[in-house]
Amino acid sequence: MASAREMRLRIRSVKNISQVTRALEAVSASKVRKAVQAVTATRAYAGKAWQVLTHIVKQPGRESLHPLLSRRAEIKNTLVVVVTGDRGLAGAYNTNVIRFAARRFDHYIAPVHFIAVGRKGRDLMIRRRKKVVADFSNLPAAPSFMDVSAIGRMAVDEFLDGRADEVYLVYTDFVNMVKQEAVVKRLLPLEVDGGERVEEYETHRGPASAYIYEPGEREILDEIIPRFTALQVYQAVLESQASEHAARMVAMRNATDSALELVEQLKLAYNKVRQQAITNDILDIVGGANALAQS
Amino acid sequence: MTIRCEIVSQDRTVFEGDVDIVVLPGAAGEMGVLPHHAPLLTTLQYGFIKIRQRGQEQVFTVAGGVAEVQPDLVTVLADAAENIEEIDIKRAETARKRAQEALDRGVPADTDAYLSIEAALRRSNLRLDAVRRYRKTRANLIPEG
Repeated sequence: MASAREMRLRIRSVKNISQVTRALEAVSASKVRKAVQAVTATRAYAGKAWQVLTHIVKQPGRESLHPLLSRRAEIKNTLVVVVTGDRGLAGAYNTNVIRFAARRFDHYIAPVHFIAVGRKGRDLMIRRRKKVVADFSNLPAAPSFMDVSAIGRMAVDEFLDGRADEVYLVYTDFVNMVKQEAVVKRLLPLEVDGGERVEEYETHRGPASAYIYEPGEREILDEIIPRFTALQVYQAVLESQASEHAARMVAMRNATDSALELVEQLKLAYNKVRQQAITNDILDIVGGANALAQS
Repeated sequence: MTIRCEIVSQDRTVFEGDVDIVVLPGAAGEMGVLPHHAPLLTTLQYGFIKIRQRGQEQVFTVAGGVAEVQPDLVTVLADAAENIEEIDIKRAETARKRAQEALDRGVPADTDAYLSIEAALRRSNLRLDAVRRYRKTRANLIPEG
């Protein structure tokens, strides 16, 4: 059994750990709130952009689709943007995303290459020998749209240059504080005709009356679609950050609880050792006293 | 008679309200939008959005984007927009200098770095221009040069 002194040191160090983890928990809790607010703030633009897109696309007599809207007949290459965190200590957050991506794309119909957003994901994917073509790590804690728009631009470029025939986005959806889910979403080609998204953002009014276009509908789509794509990436990054902080918060709370439990166990053991030492001392004294009395 | 005006950028809602008139820097030049305007979609140039609300004018900078006009609604999807009263002149001025110096040092054209510096320069010029032309409180304006 360890000496009393060693145990005292051990108790102190575990207590310190519990204080650190508790502080990290509090920090993560406030960061979750900020990230969720940031996601909410982007919904206005996303909703409006979606409205404008559906208006244009649903115009009667529209002939050729925009290249970013048209599905390719043959899928030769697939690009997947995987959003993870830069840091660990967040429970299973990072591995969950990677495992989800692997399950979805490991035996895919076409060769898949990846864009890694986040250092942890990049490292995990490289270790799994995935083809990572770009790496966007060390995003600022509260990224602005400008910080992440390059990711969306790269996805659009890869698609337009034919290096990818479809682009998917894998990130962690923030459901609530205790539930975060890895999800996949198709980024390109953007599907406007499918009914599902229309409900996602509130659309208003019926079929739009004929519009005047300045300069032309093609130019307007050129403006909107890449930005909408970048915005989806931005939203995914924010959702993922909220999830990461929530996961870290839960992980840290568990760590704090286990540390405190360990402290209790150590204290019990320490007291036993201490008591034993006292008992031994008393026995020694009593034994000594008896020996003196007898002599 | 008013028309609803909403100016949103990717990360926030910049303005929302019922206004008398909206002036936009459209693709084909500056245009005023009054209530009951015909449905219209236009791209926006770098420039200023002016609105009049109950006799009060407000000016916003806009760094490109798209605007949708409906009879009772103007929606501006801006790449970046801000009320000129929010502009931090000192920051804009240093940003402009930094961008100008970077360009003077010579950055190869057609690279991402060049484009982003150029965009930064245009943004700061737009901001400074906005303040010079429209800001009511000019006290802290740094003189040119």
